[in-house]
Amino acid sequence: MQNVLQQIGIENYIYLSTLLFCIGIFGVLFRRNAIVMFMSIEIMLNAVNLLLVVFSTYHQDASGQVFVFFSMAVAAAEVAVGLAILVGIYRNIHSIDIDKLKNLKG
Amino acid sequence: MDVSLLLIILLVGAIATFLSGDKWASKTALLFSLAAFGASIYLLTLYNSGQNISLMLQWVAMPKIYLALGSDGLSMALVLLTTALTPLIIFSSFGNSYAKSKNFYALILFMVFAMVGTFLSADGFLYYIFWELSLIPIYFIALIWGGGNPQSRKKAVVKFFIYTFAGSLFMLVSFIYLYQKAGSFLLSDLINVKLTSQEQLWIFLGFFLAYAIKIPLIPFHTWQAKVYQKAPAVGTMLLSGIMLKMALYSIIRWQLPLAPIAAKEYLFYFVGLSVAGVVYGSIVAFKQKDIKKLLAYSSLAHVGLIAAGTYTLTLDGLRGAVLQMLAHGFGVVGLFFAAEIISRRYATGKISEMGGIRIQAPKFTSMFMILVLASVALPGTFNFVGEFELLYSLAQRSVTICIIGGTTIILGAFYMLRMFQKVMLGDKNEKFFADINVNEGIVMVIIIGVLLFFGLYPKPIIDLITPSLQEVIKVINRI
Amino acid sequence: METSLLLLLLLAPFAGFLFNVFLGKKVSRNVSGTIGTIAVAISFAVALNFFFQINNTKQPIQIDLFHWMTLGNFNVNFSFLLDQLSILWLLFVTGIGTLIHIYSISYMHDDENLHKFFAYLNLFIFFMITLVTGSNLLIMFIGWEGVGLCSYLLIGFWYKNQDYNDAAKKAFIMNRIGDLGFLIGIFTLGYLFSSVDFATIKTAVATGKSVDLGWLGFGTLCLFIGASGKSAQIPLYTWLPDAMAGPTPVSALIHAATMVTAGIFMITRLNFLFNLTPDIQMVIAIIGAVTSLVAAFIALVQNDIKKVLAYSTVSQLGLMFLALGLGAYEIAVFHVITHAFFKACLFLGSGSVIHAMHGEQDMRKMGGLRKYMKVTYITFLIATLAISGIPIFAGFFSKDEILMVAFHENKALWVIASLASIMTAFYMFRLLYLTFFKEFRGTEEQKHHLHESPSLITFPLIVLAILSTVGGFISFPGHSWLNEYLKPIFIGAREEHHLDGTTYMLMGIAVVGALIGIGIAYSNYIKKSQVPSEDSEITGFSKVLYNKFYVDEIYMVVIVKPIYAIASFSKNFIETALSGFIFGLGKVTNMVGTQGKVLQNGSVGFYLFAFVIGTASIIAYLFLAQ
Repeated sequence: MQNVLQQIGIENYIYLSTLLFCIGIFGVLFRRNAIVMFMSIEIMLNAVNLLLVVFSTYHQDASGQVFVFFSMAVAAAEVAVGLAILVGIYRNIHSIDIDKLKNLKG
Repeated sequence: MDVSLLLIILLVGAIATFLSGDKWASKTALLFSLAAFGASIYLLTLYNSGQNISLMLQWVAMPKIYLALGSDGLSMALVLLTTALTPLIIFSSFGNSYAKSKNFYALILFMVFAMVGTFLSADGFLYYIFWELSLIPIYFIALIWGGGNPQSRKKAVVKFFIYTFAGSLFMLVSFIYLYQKAGSFLLSDLINVKLTSQEQLWIFLGFFLAYAIKIPLIPFHTWQAKVYQKAPAVGTMLLSGIMLKMALYSIIRWQLPLAPIAAKEYLFYFVGLSVAGVVYGSIVAFKQKDIKKLLAYSSLAHVGLIAAGTYTLTLDGLRGAVLQMLAHGFGVVGLFFAAEIISRRYATGKISEMGGIRIQAPKFTSMFMILVLASVALPGTFNFVGEFELLYSLAQRSVTICIIGGTTIILGAFYMLRMFQKVMLGDKNEKFFADINVNEGIVMVIIIGVLLFFGLYPKPIIDLITPSLQEVIKVINRI
Repeated sequence: METSLLLLLLLAPFAGFLFNVFLGKKVSRNVSGTIGTIAVAISFAVALNFFFQINNTKQPIQIDLFHWMTLGNFNVNFSFLLDQLSILWLLFVTGIGTLIHIYSISYMHDDENLHKFFAYLNLFIFFMITLVTGSNLLIMFIGWEGVGLCSYLLIGFWYKNQDYNDAAKKAFIMNRIGDLGFLIGIFTLGYLFSSVDFATIKTAVATGKSVDLGWLGFGTLCLFIGASGKSAQIPLYTWLPDAMAGPTPVSALIHAATMVTAGIFMITRLNFLFNLTPDIQMVIAIIGAVTSLVAAFIALVQNDIKKVLAYSTVSQLGLMFLALGLGAYEIAVFHVITHAFFKACLFLGSGSVIHAMHGEQDMRKMGGLRKYMKVTYITFLIATLAISGIPIFAGFFSKDEILMVAFHENKALWVIASLASIMTAFYMFRLLYLTFFKEFRGTEEQKHHLHESPSLITFPLIVLAILSTVGGFISFPGHSWLNEYLKPIFIGAREEHHLDGTTYMLMGIAVVGALIGIGIAYSNYIKKSQVPSEDSEITGFSKVLYNKFYVDEIYMVVIVKPIYAIASFSKNFIETALSGFIFGLGKVTNMVGTQGKVLQNGSVGFYLFAFVIGTASIIAYLFLAQ
């Protein structure tokens, strides 16, 4: 396991993870489709997961990887709930464009 | 037997009044208020015989809040004032008929319940709850049963509510800060908190905002005159007779003991501000065209003097303040009742539309005259005893301030006699004015009796309050 | 025994008051008046009893009733002190009070509120007794304000006339200004001596307790301000002439004989304090002298019979204060007593005249009344001789002694006081001549009604005239009973003035002065038959005098108007501004809300964007901060 980090330096993982995170952010900010935004959030989440795993390896500490399992499980639950909400919204207004979701405007 | 008896009677009374229906509401309320008065007399005898009548129960464990109802001479004096005035106020309203009277009278008793609670609480949190609780009934009483244009009444009442409520929040902040340090809301624990003078100043100011708005002191008084004018007579009496004493009482009970360093350091600012209110209130009263508003400003002047007395931190000042609270409580209720009697007959509050009443109503004139004289602190009336001690306490701190505050006896005489002259004297005699009837007479005679009796023999009250006030002074001087 | 007698003394008038308030309307008019009179007569009898007692024993009687209030480190009791001074005052208050009550039964007979009148008079006597007998400053203050109240009620007795009510209110307010001074004085003494009890303070002074003389001076000055309010001295005298709006018996009792002397009583009571502060004594003397001169000037040209007497009262009170200021307390007391006799007689006489004239008070419309009202004329003449200082009559002795003291202490004050005395003789005889001599100048109808007053009115006049004649002998120069009697109220020995050449010379000067005044009056109003001109024709200096030096107008412009201006300003601007500020706070909150609402536009994208920007800036801040 050690050599994984020797072959590819830890900084590359960080770059990759940052890149993924930024992609996620831009996806969330600039897409109007709720499903795509949802996917972007997942990408951000996974970017963080990746980072957790990398640092866990780096520090020789398994708790980071355990944490990732929790996080994936929670993410799965979140996806289930989130998609259910989206389906509910779609049934009501026949669209999942977030610009049309303004019913709670103050 | 402890003081919770009183609270239970009043709360049960409020519920019973609500349930008794519109027809019987006023009588039920009167009955329960008399019961409360009887109970407070009974508790007073217990207290005087040396029994412990306070109550201490754990209420909430975290944060640590107690159902602590203390009672010493100071509390008892104000509780007596409250329970003695309540039957009078309720009885005075028998001449008017109110729509939905069960709500009306239930609210009165509920308000009295909250005010008595305020006077008795020995736990800061409980105290705060009662303090705010008393605001709700008066809001509805003034809003629903008040007089004048509904739109402007609503504006005045809502302003009053938000204003006093906002002030109270600063007090809550002070309490929470103290709780952080003490770990309890009990007064006895809060007193032991060591605070720097900087901290004390902020605590002091927090309390000050709450009290200055409620009393009111200048420049926080702008809600007062309009509300007194618009509220029904009963509401005005409750407000001026009892509710503003809550704030004055709280200065002695909470503010001064909790922040004595600040009180001493900034003594002259607060005494000065209060005394400025005395002169200002008197002068503005000159120009009032409405009798209730005039009385409101005269009240502003009088309570300014009381507040000044408390801030002198002398025994005379505190004692004079308490005596004057009681005297002013009765006196101002009598005066507002007189104004109400006039407005029942003339349906107006404008001084310019009155005059010549003395020709038709000699009895009412005599009674009104005595009340006016009490209000200008003629020796022999209760108000003189209080005002004399207050001025004496001011003189101990500064003769200049005493002279400025003392102008109240000149200015007060001026605007009160001027009002009396315009309202009662002269030969303007166009409208019919029935002399005072039996019900009204009873209320007036009781009030006048109290004012004259304690004017000549205030000893029972002095003996009741002095030990507690000495205790307060000792706490203030602990550092 | 003494306690119950004292209670009888105090409560008899009070019972009369209660009777007349509650039952006065139900009983007949004469019963109402009789009960009121008897109530005061009882007090007079008790006072006589006390007088004989103290004349024998020489021991003051102190009676404690109950504890009243606690101040700082001392208690104030409801207690009363009957010593030489208070009993003396009691005697003439209740004595003259009884006479005036008798007088009023007839004088006020036709008034619809007769029972109220007697109720107020009784109440006044009650408060006056309290004032005089109180053993500490606070009990005295009860009486002090109480008589002020009765004065207010009685000046405004004819309450339908708002001018009278204004006069009543003015009297009350002016007195209140003085009362504030009195209160501050009480505070100062309480602070200095830890007591407000006369006996305690006197003992403290006599045993040489060291007090801060600066503060003591402040205290005595404040007390003097109180006295000058009640006793109508400059600058607080303007209420007294206006107080003539009240019924004439009231003017006689309250505004001439008794209440207005309360200030002199108080200063005499506290003479040992004033003796310690010579500066304040000087102030008192100067103010007294100036008041007597100014009032005498104004009295020269007044045409209202009661106004002349009112200003003459102010002037005489000024002379008494002059004596007080010079430390001659017993002489001031002497003049108080003689003045009470002759001034009460003058007022009651003028009341008799006004009664006959059906309410007319203008002297220009009188004249020749001598023929119609014999008794009134003779008693009035005696009293006038007394006030002018003609030998044998009471006023001569007292006034002469004041002038004598002034001559010994301060020549300038003597000149002022002598001038005032000469003018007194002039204006009093002017009054006499215009009223009683020459031809009647009123309408035919009035002339038809002219008559001597009934015996209930003339009886008090005769008694008072006799007293004005013989009253002076209580302090005959050289053998003064009064000085001997009053000795116990002072600390230490009092110096006696001996009869010597200077004394006789001064007496001569005073008498000649008085005769000059009378002579001028005689030549003007009898020889030349002058009648004062109509209001509109008065010009020059006499116009200034006729308008009382415009003092009321000056007070109006300098004090009343500015206060009203401040009141208007406060009501219209400060109140509005404060109210606006509070509403402003509400408005600001409202505005922030309205503007802030725009941010919550419902666009999830915008929220996310704001969220990301916010998080990013927080993170950036955290990094940069490190």
